[in-house]
Amino acid sequence: MEKVILIKYGELTTKKGNRNFFVKTLTKNIENKLKDFNVLIEKDLSRMYIHYNELDEESIINKIHEIFGIHKYHIAYVTNSSLDSIKEELIKTVKLQNFKTFKVETKRSDKTFPKTSMELSKIFGGIVLKNKDNIKVDVNNPEVIIHVEIREKNTYIYYNEFNGLGGYPSGIQGKGLLMLSGGIDSPVAGFLAMKRGIKIDAVYFEAIPHTSLEAREKVITLVNKLKVYTNDLNLYIVPFTKLQEEIYKNVSPNYVITIMRRMMYRIMEALCKKYNAKVIINGESIGQVASQTLNSMYVINNVTNLPVIRPVACLDKLEIIDIAKKIDTYNTSILPYEDCCTVFVPKHPIINPTLEETLKEEEKVDFEEILQNTIANTFIYKNEKNYENIL
Amino acid sequence: MIYFDNAATTKVNDEVLKTFVTVSKDYIGNTNSLHKLGFESKKLMTAATKQVADLLNVKENEIIFTSSSSESNNLAIKGVLEAYPNRKKIILTTILEHPSITNTLNSLKDVEVINLKLDANYHINIDDLKEKLKLDPILVSIHHVNSELGIIEDINTIGKIIKENSKAIFHVDGTQSLGKIKVDLNYVDLFCASAHKFGGLKGIAILVKKEKINLSPLINGGESQTIYRAGTPALALIASFSKALRLAKEEQPKTYLQVKEINNYLRDELNKLDNVTINSKIDSSPYILNFSIKSTKPETMIHKLESYDIYLSTKTACSSKEDYSKSIYLLTNNKELSKTSLRLSLFKDNTISEAKEFIKVLKDITNNM
Repeated sequence: MEKVILIKYGELTTKKGNRNFFVKTLTKNIENKLKDFNVLIEKDLSRMYIHYNELDEESIINKIHEIFGIHKYHIAYVTNSSLDSIKEELIKTVKLQNFKTFKVETKRSDKTFPKTSMELSKIFGGIVLKNKDNIKVDVNNPEVIIHVEIREKNTYIYYNEFNGLGGYPSGIQGKGLLMLSGGIDSPVAGFLAMKRGIKIDAVYFEAIPHTSLEAREKVITLVNKLKVYTNDLNLYIVPFTKLQEEIYKNVSPNYVITIMRRMMYRIMEALCKKYNAKVIINGESIGQVASQTLNSMYVINNVTNLPVIRPVACLDKLEIIDIAKKIDTYNTSILPYEDCCTVFVPKHPIINPTLEETLKEEEKVDFEEILQNTIANTFIYKNEKNYENIL
Repeated sequence: MIYFDNAATTKVNDEVLKTFVTVSKDYIGNTNSLHKLGFESKKLMTAATKQVADLLNVKENEIIFTSSSSESNNLAIKGVLEAYPNRKKIILTTILEHPSITNTLNSLKDVEVINLKLDANYHINIDDLKEKLKLDPILVSIHHVNSELGIIEDINTIGKIIKENSKAIFHVDGTQSLGKIKVDLNYVDLFCASAHKFGGLKGIAILVKKEKINLSPLINGGESQTIYRAGTPALALIASFSKALRLAKEEQPKTYLQVKEINNYLRDELNKLDNVTINSKIDSSPYILNFSIKSTKPETMIHKLESYDIYLSTKTACSSKEDYSKSIYLLTNNKELSKTSLRLSLFKDNTISEAKEFIKVLKDITNNM
């Protein structure tokens, strides 16, 4: 019995104008994801069929759950589209299933087929009843819908329906830069942004020696976990120490965080320009900390005209944690290494900063040169340590 | 030299030794130090651990490095007993275990140790296992491959039965299996193996402990590779373990066929000799071949072979002081066989021509006795 994974495009096909591009990107992403397996991918207008080696089934299904743009999929039995072989395949496969009530839904894209879909469903239903004990038809609320899809060459029979990750294929939306701190929220924000098809690169603000190399390692681990859902994901490291120290030295303690976040946004804007990204993405969640009140957001966001996407803005912490656990970033995020936001937290950061006061504070120092240097010294992290010879 | 004592220990692989030297020289930091050197060491340890976990299809945090399989077995058994003080202190095992399990179990106070029945092929009797699981044991401790005869237990089937019929924790000694035959840890909760049995260095071993199992450490102290065993992580040894396992796994299909061929040849030839009885059943691990030579003292035999630069064991190296093989006696009820047994054990460097040479020498010796 040959099996295929049958993928329906779902939401993708509602966007008529872009459909080809969407499907092409999805195909490329699937091919890329399954490149270590012996698979054959067939496509038609509304579906994709992945032929695979039975032994790899579990591993391939796991990979399918890492690909955005797949909404529903089925594991289907394939046979050729003659009535006899369809019947035969039905008899063989129905015995492997476990259900009490069912109905048959037949689709016939090959309209030259000598019987209508309704007639066929009746015939197939009869066959199922004859070949399995203790089952009955229930058209309103069946435990299993047996799908028989008759196409020109092949017919697909399936008893199941699984949910994929949903979303849009990775990369169809152009690029955004994610502010990745190492906490719980920002990886989730990155995941959700990717879900809508945004290609992301991550930016990490580093304040060595106030933060440790372990904190960097933690961010790298998070990047690797997010990479599962995309083809590639660069990490930019911003050497933030000097700027942060200047702020800390010169600005009123309660405005330190506000000014620091404004500096980060300025750097983000510059990096977006440099690396051709259209939006800033971060893990801010309304009201979670002092810098994430609406007043703070207003004052901080004021330094840039770029859209700032905050995918978790309206989620509760527990909702964010749920996603973090699902995407396996949670356990890394809670490792106790300080990041640059926690190192310099004053006792009483201002909850409702004003723009006027902020500008006054910022004028105390000429940040421009340090800011430009920081941007210029930002670098792409390359995984230079390769243990091939040792391990 | 013909080295046929690989179940006692294998020769270290040159590549593995190179790793040990490189890491000892280039990664001087303590993995727990905060500075760059410590960080570099820690990073390497993480990568080495991850590689081992990947090769075993388990999670990184499920690997505990120890000094030996004996330590791993001790940690598994004592650690579990201490971590679950409210469970009944009943442990199921077999009469064929390595002393690091048997003696550990015997050293415990207030613990009831029950031996599982074996069937004709020396495998655990499944009906008996099901029956005894009703006693609600805390632990089932068995070997994957027995060190003396090479008996292979089907740990997948046994594990499944344990999971379906009880709350017992399944502890498997894989010292003679990892790097040699297929190891599937799906149903195994605790698993130990030692590098020096598959081309690694002596002094480094692992205990795989599945995430959901609790364990109390035997050695308490500061932060280490895991919380289950204190002490500065032996980074060079850990890296060498990882390398040894990777190489052994990569070569495993080839090694297996080669060893199987030698084993078949030896069986055929030994069967032709009147005074020889093969004690290892045909479905045993091909890496171990146990046989008895009628009315010969094994020690004498070992030393005679030694004069030809051929090296075998009497029984497991760890119990070679007793004058008969307990396992063989318990299984065969034949004192003669148990007093005259030899263990020949193979690994990847052995060849058919060595086997031929050995048979020739053996014939010479026995004819002149």
